[in-house]
Amino acid sequence: MAGLLKKKKEREGGEIPTASMADIAFLLLIFFLVTTTINVDTGIGMTLPPKLDENQEPPPVRERNMLKILVNAEGRVLIEDKPSGIPRVRQEVKKHTLNEGEDPNYAESMAKAVVSLKTDRQTPYDIYIGVLDEIWMAYFEMWDAEARTMGFPDYTTYRDYIDENDEANLIRNKIKAQISIAEPDAG
Amino acid sequence: MSTHFKKKSAKSSPSIPMASMPDIIFMLIIFFMVTTVLRETEIQVRTMLPRAEALTKIDQKRLVSYMYLGPLKLANNELGDTSVQIDDALIEDLSSIRNIMYRKLLDQPRLIVSLRVDQSSEMGIVTDVQQELREAGTLRINYSSKPEVI
Repeated sequence: MAGLLKKKKEREGGEIPTASMADIAFLLLIFFLVTTTINVDTGIGMTLPPKLDENQEPPPVRERNMLKILVNAEGRVLIEDKPSGIPRVRQEVKKHTLNEGEDPNYAESMAKAVVSLKTDRQTPYDIYIGVLDEIWMAYFEMWDAEARTMGFPDYTTYRDYIDENDEANLIRNKIKAQISIAEPDAG
Repeated sequence: MSTHFKKKSAKSSPSIPMASMPDIIFMLIIFFMVTTVLRETEIQVRTMLPRAEALTKIDQKRLVSYMYLGPLKLANNELGDTSVQIDDALIEDLSSIRNIMYRKLLDQPRLIVSLRVDQSSEMGIVTDVQQELREAGTLRINYSSKPEVI
């Protein structure tokens, strides 16, 4: 026992084993890679209408093809002049778009259906986003349903598929998300 | 058995292998290059983003230009009037937005303007900004919002 201890002391310049250095470095790297969140901006994408000339009239839309959603300064919602709530927006938009001329109060066809969203200048922004979100969710749900009839589990899968194969987006051509943001009245 | 151990300790004169050092350093450099945001602009307005469900991600970060709308942050945690900030400057006159955004559009024709609007803002100022964006021709916008917590 004494001899063994002595031997150990004799060995000078003991060095740290470095074979595992690379592994440790890799582990650290992987740890940071996994835990770091690189900020990805998420949000609701919209395309503003191009600026119209002074004397150019906006394209006419028939009354029945337009689903009018009004949000007032208190954040109350009117759908086609009837008092309503934010949760009802989704089903109204779906009913309007998928009507296909059945109900005379809703759109004639999917291609012609337009949703118009109008606010007051005093409307809180989060209510506006809430309504806009419901409108988009209605379209997402319709796209999902359409994708399922084409044999895809959902719309995202379909979109990835057409991106890879460079095909035209049939679903979006069929159900266009035509959302018109009306300018609020002065006041 | 004891001879076996002895042999090992006698033979080795370990030293740190330097061969993999450059690789590790390179990896670290690349990692930091990818994750570091170079110029973090100081946001002078409060932007508590609204929550939404129908979210899309913007992957192409270089296309995005941010606009901040919200109550001005003052000293002592007080909040001032609703103001607009582009990059690191507050916008005094809303009609100057069209020139700023038009110049950005010339640099990046596929520009997406991400509006980071405080949830307590009123639609009036948002609409005014949108009218300016239409004047500038930057039509692709994004209402920045956070995912809903379920």
